[in-house]
Amino acid sequence: MADAPPQPILQFDRVTVRFDGADVLTDLSFAAFEGESRVILGASGSGKTVLLKTALGLIRPDSGKVYAFGKDITIMSERELFDIRSRMGMLFQESALFDSLTIEENVAYPLENIKSIQCPKDQVLPRVKEALEFVELGATLEKFPSELSGGMRRRAAIARAVVTGPPLVLYDSPTAGLDPITAHTIITLVIKERDISQTTAMIVTHRYQDGNLVANFRYNSKQGTLEPARNGERQGARTTFMVLKEGRLVFEGDQDRLELSKDAYVRKFVKPRV
Amino acid sequence: MVASEFGVPPNLLDLLKEPVLAVQDFLVLTGRALKNIFLSPHYTDDIFLQMDGIGVGSLQIVALTGTFSGAVMALQMARALASYGQVGKTGTLVSLTLVRELGPVLTALMVAGRNASGIASELGSMKVTEQIDAMRALGTDPVQKLVTPRVIATAVMLPLLVIIADFVGLAGGWLIADFFLSIPSKQYWSSAWRALDWSDVAQGLLKPLVFALVISLIGCYYGLRTTGGTQGVGRSTTQAVVMATVLIFIFDLMITKIWVS
Repeated sequence: MADAPPQPILQFDRVTVRFDGADVLTDLSFAAFEGESRVILGASGSGKTVLLKTALGLIRPDSGKVYAFGKDITIMSERELFDIRSRMGMLFQESALFDSLTIEENVAYPLENIKSIQCPKDQVLPRVKEALEFVELGATLEKFPSELSGGMRRRAAIARAVVTGPPLVLYDSPTAGLDPITAHTIITLVIKERDISQTTAMIVTHRYQDGNLVANFRYNSKQGTLEPARNGERQGARTTFMVLKEGRLVFEGDQDRLELSKDAYVRKFVKPRV
Repeated sequence: MVASEFGVPPNLLDLLKEPVLAVQDFLVLTGRALKNIFLSPHYTDDIFLQMDGIGVGSLQIVALTGTFSGAVMALQMARALASYGQVGKTGTLVSLTLVRELGPVLTALMVAGRNASGIASELGSMKVTEQIDAMRALGTDPVQKLVTPRVIATAVMLPLLVIIADFVGLAGGWLIADFFLSIPSKQYWSSAWRALDWSDVAQGLLKPLVFALVISLIGCYYGLRTTGGTQGVGRSTTQAVVMATVLIFIFDLMITKIWVS
Protein backbone atom coordinates (compact mmCIF):
# COMPACT_ATOMS: atom_id res chain seq x y z
CA MET A 1 0.00 0.00 0.00
CA ALA A 2 1.46 3.37 -1.04
CA ASP A 3 2.15 6.02 1.60
CA ALA A 4 -0.25 8.98 1.65
CA PRO A 5 1.32 12.08 0.13
CA PRO A 6 2.67 14.43 2.80
CA GLN A 7 0.33 17.24 3.84
CA PRO A 8 1.68 20.77 3.62
CA ILE A 9 2.23 22.45 6.97
CA LEU A 10 1.37 25.80 5.33
CA GLN A 11 -0.42 26.32 2.06
CA PHE A 12 -1.48 29.44 0.18
CA ASP A 13 -4.13 28.85 -2.46
CA ARG A 14 -4.57 31.78 -4.86
CA VAL A 15 -4.30 34.33 -2.07
CA THR A 16 -4.89 37.99 -2.84
CA VAL A 17 -4.52 40.74 -0.24
CA ARG A 18 -5.49 44.34 -0.96
CA PHE A 19 -4.78 47.50 0.98
CA ASP A 20 -6.79 50.58 -0.01
CA GLY A 21 -7.80 48.99 -3.29
CA ALA A 22 -4.24 48.12 -4.34
CA ASP A 23 -3.03 44.51 -4.53
CA VAL A 24 -0.27 43.74 -2.03
CA LEU A 25 -0.33 40.00 -2.69
CA THR A 26 -1.74 38.78 -5.99
CA ASP A 27 -3.00 35.27 -6.64
CA LEU A 28 -0.22 33.75 -4.53
CA SER A 29 -0.01 29.96 -4.26
CA PHE A 30 2.62 27.74 -2.67
CA ALA A 31 2.88 24.88 -0.20
CA ALA A 32 5.50 24.45 2.53
CA PHE A 33 6.12 21.01 3.96
CA GLU A 34 7.35 19.82 7.33
CA GLY A 35 11.08 20.26 7.89
CA GLU A 36 11.43 22.51 4.85
CA SER A 37 13.14 25.89 4.89
CA ARG A 38 11.71 28.62 2.69
CA VAL A 39 13.72 31.71 1.93
CA ILE A 40 11.56 34.57 0.66
CA LEU A 41 13.42 37.25 -1.29
CA GLY A 42 12.04 40.44 -2.76
CA ALA A 43 12.36 44.19 -2.87
CA SER A 44 10.86 46.45 -0.19
CA GLY A 45 7.10 46.60 -0.61
CA SER A 46 6.93 43.35 -2.56
CA GLY A 47 4.62 41.80 0.04
CA LYS A 48 7.04 39.63 2.04
CA THR A 49 5.91 40.81 5.48
CA VAL A 50 2.26 40.72 4.41
CA LEU A 51 2.79 37.11 3.33
CA LEU A 52 4.05 36.14 6.80
CA LYS A 53 1.29 38.07 8.58
CA THR A 54 -1.31 36.41 6.33
CA ALA A 55 0.18 33.02 7.18
CA LEU A 56 -0.23 33.85 10.85
CA GLY A 57 -3.82 35.01 10.37
CA LEU A 58 -3.00 38.59 11.36
CA ILE A 59 -4.17 39.75 7.94
CA ARG A 60 -7.21 38.22 6.26
CA PRO A 61 -6.90 37.73 2.50
CA ASP A 62 -9.46 39.38 0.24
CA SER A 63 -9.66 36.16 -1.76
CA GLY A 64 -8.08 32.73 -1.72
CA LYS A 65 -7.43 30.29 1.11
CA VAL A 66 -4.64 29.84 3.63
CA TYR A 67 -4.25 26.42 5.21
CA ALA A 68 -2.07 26.02 8.29
CA PHE A 69 -1.60 22.52 9.69
CA GLY A 70 -4.37 21.37 7.34
CA LYS A 71 -6.95 23.89 8.58
CA ASP A 72 -8.42 26.76 6.62
CA ILE A 73 -7.50 29.76 8.76
CA THR A 74 -9.31 32.27 6.55
CA ILE A 75 -12.67 31.26 8.00
CA MET A 76 -11.56 31.14 11.64
CA SER A 77 -12.51 33.70 14.27
CA GLU A 78 -9.76 35.56 16.15
CA ARG A 79 -10.20 33.26 19.17
CA GLU A 80 -10.04 30.12 17.02
CA LEU A 81 -6.84 31.45 15.46
CA PHE A 82 -5.11 31.58 18.85
CA ASP A 83 -4.81 27.78 18.82
CA ILE A 84 -3.26 27.75 15.33
CA ARG A 85 -0.93 30.62 16.20
CA SER A 86 0.28 28.71 19.26
CA ARG A 87 1.89 26.29 16.78
CA MET A 88 3.72 29.08 14.97
CA GLY A 89 6.51 31.29 16.18
CA MET A 90 7.05 34.69 14.64
CA LEU A 91 10.05 36.96 14.73
CA PHE A 92 8.84 40.43 13.78
CA GLN A 93 10.96 42.82 11.73
CA GLU A 94 11.52 45.29 14.57
CA SER A 95 11.58 42.48 17.19
CA ALA A 96 8.25 43.76 18.63
CA LEU A 97 9.30 43.06 22.20
CA PHE A 98 6.88 44.61 24.72
CA ASP A 99 8.87 47.57 25.97
CA SER A 100 7.02 47.78 29.29
CA LEU A 101 8.04 44.20 30.18
CA THR A 102 11.43 42.79 31.10
CA ILE A 103 13.12 40.27 28.83
CA GLU A 104 12.07 37.51 31.23
CA GLU A 105 8.44 38.66 31.09
CA ASN A 106 8.60 39.02 27.31
CA VAL A 107 9.86 35.48 26.80
CA ALA A 108 7.43 34.13 29.40
CA TYR A 109 4.51 35.91 27.68
CA PRO A 110 3.51 33.11 25.26
CA LEU A 111 3.87 30.48 28.00
CA GLU A 112 1.56 32.43 30.30
CA ASN A 113 -0.93 33.70 27.75
CA ILE A 114 -1.45 30.99 25.16
CA LYS A 115 -4.11 28.77 26.68
CA SER A 116 -3.35 25.69 24.58
CA ILE A 117 0.29 25.66 25.75
CA GLN A 118 -0.82 24.90 29.34
CA CYS A 119 2.61 25.46 30.82
CA PRO A 120 2.65 24.79 34.60
CA LYS A 121 3.62 27.93 36.54
CA ASP A 122 6.70 26.34 38.04
CA GLN A 123 7.91 25.44 34.55
CA VAL A 124 7.73 28.98 33.15
CA LEU A 125 11.02 30.33 34.54
CA PRO A 126 13.10 27.23 33.66
CA ARG A 127 11.76 27.32 30.09
CA VAL A 128 12.41 31.05 29.81
CA LYS A 129 15.97 30.56 31.03
CA GLU A 130 16.45 27.67 28.61
CA ALA A 131 15.20 29.76 25.67
CA LEU A 132 17.42 32.69 26.63
CA GLU A 133 20.42 30.39 27.05
CA PHE A 134 19.66 29.07 23.56
CA VAL A 135 20.13 32.57 22.14
CA GLU A 136 23.04 33.24 24.53
CA LEU A 137 21.22 35.92 26.49
CA GLY A 138 21.07 34.15 29.83
CA ALA A 139 22.15 37.24 31.78
CA THR A 140 19.46 39.60 30.54
CA LEU A 141 16.41 38.32 32.45
CA GLU A 142 15.84 41.53 34.42
CA LYS A 143 16.70 43.95 31.64
CA PHE A 144 14.17 45.92 29.59
CA PRO A 145 14.29 45.80 25.77
CA SER A 146 15.45 49.44 25.64
CA GLU A 147 18.58 48.42 27.57
CA LEU A 148 19.64 45.93 24.88
CA SER A 149 21.36 46.48 21.54
CA GLY A 150 19.50 45.84 18.27
CA GLY A 151 21.10 42.43 17.83
CA MET A 152 20.36 41.42 21.42
CA ARG A 153 16.72 42.49 21.01
CA ARG A 154 16.50 40.35 17.87
CA ARG A 155 17.93 37.39 19.81
CA ALA A 156 15.50 37.93 22.68
CA ALA A 157 12.66 38.04 20.14
CA ILE A 158 13.87 34.72 18.69
CA ALA A 159 13.80 33.28 22.22
CA ARG A 160 10.19 34.48 22.62
CA ALA A 161 9.25 33.04 19.22
CA VAL A 162 10.63 29.57 19.95
CA VAL A 163 10.05 29.22 23.71
CA THR A 164 6.85 27.22 23.13
CA GLY A 165 8.59 24.87 20.67
CA PRO A 166 6.41 25.67 17.64
CA PRO A 167 6.77 23.37 14.61
CA LEU A 168 6.64 26.34 12.22
CA VAL A 169 8.71 29.49 12.72
CA LEU A 170 8.33 32.63 10.60
CA TYR A 171 11.23 35.08 10.52
CA ASP A 172 10.58 38.56 9.14
CA SER A 173 13.89 40.07 8.02
CA PRO A 174 15.89 38.66 10.95
CA THR A 175 19.11 40.34 9.85
CA ALA A 176 17.73 43.67 8.61
CA GLY A 177 19.63 46.69 9.91
CA LEU A 178 22.33 44.64 11.64
CA ASP A 179 26.06 44.71 11.10
CA PRO A 180 27.52 41.68 9.25
CA ILE A 181 28.86 40.00 12.41
CA THR A 182 25.58 40.33 14.32
CA ALA A 183 23.64 39.33 11.20
CA HIS A 184 25.74 36.15 10.99
CA THR A 185 25.05 35.45 14.69
CA ILE A 186 21.31 35.84 14.11
CA ILE A 187 21.20 33.63 11.04
CA THR A 188 23.28 31.03 12.93
CA LEU A 189 20.57 31.05 15.62
CA VAL A 190 17.89 30.60 12.96
CA ILE A 191 19.73 27.57 11.57
CA LYS A 192 20.44 26.26 15.09
CA GLU A 193 16.75 26.46 15.98
CA ARG A 194 15.77 24.80 12.70
CA ASP A 195 18.24 21.93 13.05
CA ILE A 196 17.95 21.25 16.79
CA SER A 197 14.16 21.52 17.01
CA GLN A 198 13.57 20.17 13.48
CA THR A 199 11.21 23.04 12.71
CA THR A 200 9.89 24.31 9.43
CA ALA A 201 11.24 27.79 8.81
CA MET A 202 10.08 30.62 6.57
CA ILE A 203 12.68 33.33 6.35
CA VAL A 204 12.05 36.70 4.74
CA THR A 205 15.25 38.48 3.84
CA HIS A 206 16.87 40.98 1.48
CA ARG A 207 20.26 39.32 1.85
CA TYR A 208 21.08 36.47 -0.46
CA GLN A 209 23.91 35.37 1.84
CA ASP A 210 21.29 34.60 4.54
CA GLY A 211 19.50 32.29 2.12
CA ASN A 212 22.79 30.77 1.09
CA LEU A 213 23.66 29.93 4.71
CA VAL A 214 20.20 28.49 5.35
CA ALA A 215 20.41 26.32 2.23
CA ASN A 216 23.98 25.11 2.51
CA PHE A 217 24.89 24.98 6.18
CA ARG A 218 23.75 23.03 9.19
CA TYR A 219 24.33 23.51 12.89
CA ASN A 220 26.97 21.37 14.56
CA SER A 221 25.75 21.17 18.15
CA LYS A 222 29.03 19.64 19.38
CA GLN A 223 31.17 22.49 18.10
CA GLY A 224 28.45 25.14 18.37
CA THR A 225 29.15 26.37 14.85
CA LEU A 226 27.78 26.10 11.32
CA GLU A 227 29.23 23.55 8.94
CA PRO A 228 28.63 23.06 5.21
CA ALA A 229 25.80 20.75 4.19
CA ARG A 230 24.46 20.70 0.66
CA ASN A 231 20.74 20.42 -0.02
CA GLY A 232 19.45 16.96 0.79
CA GLU A 233 22.15 16.24 3.32
CA ARG A 234 20.13 17.73 6.16
CA GLN A 235 18.21 14.51 6.86
CA GLY A 236 16.13 14.93 3.72
CA ALA A 237 15.12 18.50 4.52
CA ARG A 238 15.41 21.01 1.73
CA THR A 239 15.50 24.72 1.17
CA THR A 240 13.19 26.41 -1.32
CA PHE A 241 13.64 29.95 -2.53
CA MET A 242 10.72 32.22 -3.38
CA VAL A 243 11.07 35.62 -5.04
CA LEU A 244 8.25 38.15 -4.78
CA LYS A 245 7.79 41.09 -7.11
CA GLU A 246 4.99 43.57 -6.43
CA GLY A 247 2.96 40.92 -4.63
CA ARG A 248 3.41 38.24 -7.26
CA LEU A 249 5.47 35.07 -6.92
CA VAL A 250 7.95 35.30 -9.79
CA PHE A 251 10.21 32.43 -8.75
CA GLU A 252 9.91 29.27 -6.65
CA GLY A 253 12.55 26.59 -6.61
CA ASP A 254 15.87 25.45 -5.20
CA GLN A 255 19.09 27.42 -5.11
CA ASP A 256 20.54 25.85 -8.26
CA ARG A 257 17.49 26.87 -10.30
CA LEU A 258 17.53 30.30 -8.69
CA GLU A 259 21.11 30.89 -9.72
CA LEU A 260 20.36 29.76 -13.27
CA SER A 261 17.36 32.08 -13.59
CA LYS A 262 17.55 34.53 -16.48
CA ASP A 263 14.87 36.82 -15.03
CA ALA A 264 16.44 40.26 -14.57
CA TYR A 265 14.50 40.95 -11.35
CA VAL A 266 15.38 37.57 -9.82
CA ARG A 267 19.04 37.99 -10.73
CA LYS A 268 19.21 41.21 -8.70
CA PHE A 269 18.92 39.11 -5.54
CA VAL A 270 21.37 36.39 -6.51
CA LYS A 271 25.08 36.36 -5.86
CA PRO A 272 26.35 33.09 -7.36
CA ARG A 273 28.33 30.87 -5.02
CA VAL A 274 32.10 30.88 -5.47
CA MET B 1 -23.96 54.13 -10.68
CA VAL B 2 -25.65 54.10 -7.29
CA ALA B 3 -24.60 57.65 -6.56
CA SER B 4 -25.93 59.00 -9.82
CA GLU B 5 -29.26 57.18 -9.31
CA PHE B 6 -29.80 59.29 -6.21
CA GLY B 7 -28.60 62.42 -7.94
CA VAL B 8 -25.59 62.73 -5.62
CA PRO B 9 -22.17 63.40 -7.15
CA PRO B 10 -20.04 60.24 -6.78
CA ASN B 11 -17.14 62.11 -5.16
CA LEU B 12 -19.46 63.29 -2.36
CA LEU B 13 -20.25 59.69 -1.48
CA ASP B 14 -16.54 58.88 -1.59
CA LEU B 15 -15.95 61.68 0.89
CA LEU B 16 -18.56 60.20 3.23
CA LYS B 17 -17.19 56.68 2.97
CA GLU B 18 -14.22 57.24 5.26
CA PRO B 19 -16.05 58.90 8.18
CA VAL B 20 -18.84 56.31 7.99
CA LEU B 21 -16.26 53.51 8.08
CA ALA B 22 -14.48 55.22 10.99
CA VAL B 23 -17.74 55.43 12.97
CA GLN B 24 -18.44 51.79 12.18
CA ASP B 25 -14.95 50.75 13.34
CA PHE B 26 -15.34 52.82 16.50
CA LEU B 27 -18.69 51.20 17.30
CA VAL B 28 -17.25 47.73 16.70
CA LEU B 29 -14.35 48.52 19.05
CA THR B 30 -16.79 49.88 21.65
CA GLY B 31 -18.93 46.76 21.41
CA ARG B 32 -15.94 44.44 21.76
CA ALA B 33 -14.46 46.41 24.66
CA LEU B 34 -17.74 46.39 26.59
CA LYS B 35 -18.46 42.73 25.82
CA ASN B 36 -15.00 41.78 27.07
CA ILE B 37 -15.87 43.14 30.53
CA PHE B 38 -17.92 39.97 30.98
CA LEU B 39 -15.49 37.57 29.30
CA SER B 40 -12.34 35.98 30.67
CA PRO B 41 -9.43 36.45 30.94
CA HIS B 42 -9.71 39.52 33.15
CA TYR B 43 -6.51 41.53 33.36
CA THR B 44 -7.03 42.78 36.92
CA ASP B 45 -3.41 43.92 37.35
CA ASP B 46 -3.69 46.05 34.24
CA ILE B 47 -6.95 47.58 35.49
CA PHE B 48 -5.32 48.65 38.78
CA LEU B 49 -2.24 49.90 36.93
CA GLN B 50 -4.42 52.04 34.68
CA MET B 51 -6.52 53.24 37.63
CA ASP B 52 -3.30 54.43 39.23
CA GLY B 53 -2.12 56.16 36.07
CA ILE B 54 -5.44 57.70 35.09
CA GLY B 55 -6.90 58.38 38.53
CA VAL B 56 -4.08 59.01 40.97
CA GLY B 57 -1.93 60.51 38.22
CA SER B 58 -4.61 63.07 37.36
CA LEU B 59 -5.41 63.98 40.96
CA GLN B 60 -3.10 66.98 41.17
CA ILE B 61 -4.22 68.69 37.99
CA VAL B 62 -7.89 67.97 38.69
CA ALA B 63 -7.60 69.39 42.22
CA LEU B 64 -5.91 72.53 40.92
CA THR B 65 -8.48 73.02 38.17
CA GLY B 66 -11.35 72.42 40.59
CA THR B 67 -10.03 74.83 43.21
CA PHE B 68 -9.43 77.67 40.81
CA SER B 69 -12.67 77.23 38.88
CA GLY B 70 -14.62 77.23 42.19
CA ALA B 71 -12.80 80.37 43.30
CA VAL B 72 -13.40 82.14 39.98
CA MET B 73 -17.05 81.09 40.00
CA ALA B 74 -17.48 82.56 43.48
CA LEU B 75 -15.97 85.88 42.38
CA GLN B 76 -18.06 86.07 39.20
CA MET B 77 -21.33 84.96 40.81
CA ALA B 78 -20.90 87.32 43.76
CA ARG B 79 -20.49 90.20 41.32
CA ALA B 80 -23.63 89.23 39.45
CA LEU B 81 -25.61 88.58 42.63
CA ALA B 82 -24.52 91.89 44.16
CA SER B 83 -26.82 93.78 41.78
CA TYR B 84 -29.77 91.89 43.33
CA GLY B 85 -28.41 92.21 46.87
CA GLN B 86 -28.07 88.42 47.04
CA VAL B 87 -24.32 87.94 47.60
CA GLY B 88 -25.18 85.49 50.37
CA LYS B 89 -26.45 83.07 47.69
CA THR B 90 -22.97 82.70 46.18
CA GLY B 91 -22.62 79.23 47.68
CA THR B 92 -25.82 78.12 45.95
CA LEU B 93 -24.67 79.15 42.50
CA VAL B 94 -21.13 77.85 42.93
CA SER B 95 -22.49 74.54 44.12
CA LEU B 96 -25.03 74.12 41.31
CA THR B 97 -22.63 75.19 38.58
CA LEU B 98 -19.85 72.98 39.82
CA VAL B 99 -21.83 69.82 40.47
CA ARG B 100 -23.98 70.01 37.36
CA GLU B 101 -21.53 71.35 34.81
CA LEU B 102 -18.06 72.60 35.60
CA GLY B 103 -16.93 69.70 37.78
CA PRO B 104 -17.73 66.96 35.26
CA VAL B 105 -16.76 68.91 32.14
CA LEU B 106 -13.53 70.49 33.38
CA THR B 107 -12.37 67.25 34.98
CA ALA B 108 -13.18 65.33 31.81
CA LEU B 109 -11.29 67.89 29.72
CA MET B 110 -8.26 67.63 31.99
CA VAL B 111 -8.34 63.83 31.88
CA ALA B 112 -8.91 63.90 28.11
CA GLY B 113 -5.87 66.12 27.63
CA ARG B 114 -3.77 63.98 29.88
CA ASN B 115 -5.05 60.46 29.30
CA ALA B 116 -6.71 60.29 25.87
CA SER B 117 -3.39 61.54 24.52
CA GLY B 118 -1.44 59.15 26.74
CA ILE B 119 -3.54 56.17 25.70
CA ALA B 120 -3.40 57.08 22.00
CA SER B 121 0.36 57.59 22.02
CA GLU B 122 1.06 54.42 24.01
CA LEU B 123 -1.15 52.21 21.85
CA GLY B 124 -0.02 54.04 18.72
CA SER B 125 3.63 53.34 19.52
CA MET B 126 2.76 49.69 20.15
CA LYS B 127 0.94 49.57 16.81
CA VAL B 128 3.76 51.01 14.71
CA THR B 129 6.38 48.81 16.39
CA GLU B 130 4.24 45.71 15.69
CA GLN B 131 3.69 45.03 19.40
CA ILE B 132 -0.07 44.80 18.79
CA ASP B 133 0.53 42.20 16.07
CA ALA B 134 2.93 40.38 18.41
CA MET B 135 0.26 40.37 21.10
CA ARG B 136 -2.22 38.77 18.70
CA ALA B 137 0.42 36.30 17.53
CA LEU B 138 1.09 35.35 21.15
CA GLY B 139 -2.50 34.46 21.97
CA THR B 140 -3.82 37.70 23.40
CA ASP B 141 -6.75 39.78 22.22
CA PRO B 142 -5.42 43.37 22.22
CA VAL B 143 -8.91 44.72 22.90
CA GLN B 144 -9.20 42.52 25.98
CA LYS B 145 -5.68 43.26 27.20
CA LEU B 146 -5.35 46.95 26.32
CA VAL B 147 -8.75 48.53 25.71
CA THR B 148 -11.07 46.96 28.29
CA PRO B 149 -8.78 47.65 31.31
CA ARG B 150 -8.46 51.30 30.24
CA VAL B 151 -12.23 51.63 29.81
CA ILE B 152 -12.93 50.10 33.23
CA ALA B 153 -10.20 52.13 34.93
CA THR B 154 -11.39 55.43 33.43
CA ALA B 155 -15.05 54.63 34.17
CA VAL B 156 -14.19 53.99 37.83
CA MET B 157 -11.75 56.86 38.33
CA LEU B 158 -13.37 59.76 36.46
CA PRO B 159 -16.52 59.92 38.65
CA LEU B 160 -14.26 59.79 41.73
CA LEU B 161 -12.12 62.60 40.31
CA VAL B 162 -15.26 64.62 39.63
CA ILE B 163 -16.39 64.20 43.25
CA ILE B 164 -12.97 65.47 44.36
CA ALA B 165 -13.06 68.33 41.85
CA ASP B 166 -16.55 69.34 43.04
CA PHE B 167 -15.44 69.32 46.66
CA VAL B 168 -12.20 71.27 46.16
CA GLY B 169 -14.10 73.65 43.87
CA LEU B 170 -16.58 74.37 46.65
CA ALA B 171 -13.63 74.81 48.99
CA GLY B 172 -12.07 77.27 46.54
CA GLY B 173 -15.34 79.20 46.42
CA TRP B 174 -15.49 79.16 50.21
CA LEU B 175 -11.99 80.69 50.44
CA ILE B 176 -13.12 83.58 48.22
CA ALA B 177 -16.44 83.90 50.07
CA ASP B 178 -14.70 83.96 53.42
CA PHE B 179 -11.73 86.21 52.66
CA PHE B 180 -13.06 88.60 50.03
CA LEU B 181 -16.87 88.56 50.17
CA SER B 182 -17.32 88.44 53.94
CA ILE B 183 -19.86 85.65 53.66
CA PRO B 184 -19.90 83.60 56.87
CA SER B 185 -18.58 80.08 56.34
CA LYS B 186 -21.69 78.48 57.79
CA GLN B 187 -23.92 80.44 55.42
CA TYR B 188 -21.78 79.54 52.40
CA TRP B 189 -21.68 75.82 53.14
CA SER B 190 -25.32 75.52 54.13
CA SER B 191 -26.52 77.37 51.00
CA ALA B 192 -24.22 75.25 48.87
CA TRP B 193 -25.48 72.04 50.46
CA ARG B 194 -29.17 72.96 50.35
CA ALA B 195 -28.98 73.98 46.70
CA LEU B 196 -28.30 70.41 45.64
CA ASP B 197 -30.83 67.64 45.26
CA TRP B 198 -30.32 64.03 44.26
CA SER B 199 -31.04 64.80 40.62
CA ASP B 200 -28.05 67.16 40.51
CA VAL B 201 -25.78 64.57 42.09
CA ALA B 202 -27.02 61.88 39.71
CA GLN B 203 -26.46 64.15 36.72
CA GLY B 204 -23.03 65.07 38.04
CA LEU B 205 -22.08 61.41 38.25
CA LEU B 206 -23.71 60.17 35.04
CA LYS B 207 -21.83 62.70 32.95
CA PRO B 208 -18.33 61.58 34.02
CA LEU B 209 -19.32 57.98 33.38
CA VAL B 210 -20.23 58.80 29.79
CA PHE B 211 -17.19 61.08 29.40
CA ALA B 212 -14.97 58.26 30.72
CA LEU B 213 -16.19 55.94 27.96
CA VAL B 214 -15.59 58.68 25.40
CA ILE B 215 -12.05 59.48 26.63
CA SER B 216 -10.85 55.90 26.96
CA LEU B 217 -12.45 54.56 23.79
CA ILE B 218 -11.40 57.50 21.63
CA GLY B 219 -7.82 57.22 22.96
CA CYS B 220 -7.75 53.49 22.26
CA TYR B 221 -9.43 53.84 18.87
CA TYR B 222 -6.98 56.40 17.53
CA GLY B 223 -4.06 54.52 19.08
CA LEU B 224 -5.00 51.20 17.51
CA ARG B 225 -5.52 52.69 14.03
CA THR B 226 -2.16 54.47 14.02
CA THR B 227 -0.08 54.14 10.87
CA GLY B 228 2.96 55.97 9.58
CA GLY B 229 5.63 55.63 12.26
CA THR B 230 6.36 58.26 14.88
CA GLN B 231 4.69 60.97 12.82
CA GLY B 232 1.55 58.85 12.81
CA VAL B 233 1.73 58.50 16.60
CA GLY B 234 1.80 62.29 16.96
CA ARG B 235 -1.13 62.63 14.57
CA SER B 236 -3.19 60.02 16.44
CA THR B 237 -2.47 61.70 19.76
CA THR B 238 -3.66 65.08 18.52
CA GLN B 239 -6.75 63.59 16.87
CA ALA B 240 -7.64 61.70 20.03
CA VAL B 241 -7.51 64.80 22.22
CA VAL B 242 -9.45 66.95 19.75
CA MET B 243 -12.13 64.33 19.15
CA ALA B 244 -12.50 63.49 22.86
CA THR B 245 -12.83 67.19 23.69
CA VAL B 246 -15.47 67.80 21.03
CA LEU B 247 -17.42 64.69 22.02
CA ILE B 248 -17.35 65.69 25.70
CA PHE B 249 -19.13 68.95 24.83
CA ILE B 250 -21.60 67.20 22.52
CA PHE B 251 -22.48 64.53 25.11
CA ASP B 252 -22.66 67.18 27.82
CA LEU B 253 -25.28 69.06 25.84
CA MET B 254 -27.21 65.87 25.08
CA ILE B 255 -27.28 64.68 28.70
CA THR B 256 -28.19 68.13 29.99
CA LYS B 257 -30.99 68.45 27.42
CA ILE B 258 -32.40 65.04 28.36
CA TRP B 259 -32.10 65.86 32.06
CA VAL B 260 -33.72 69.26 31.76
CA SER B 261 -36.55 67.81 29.65
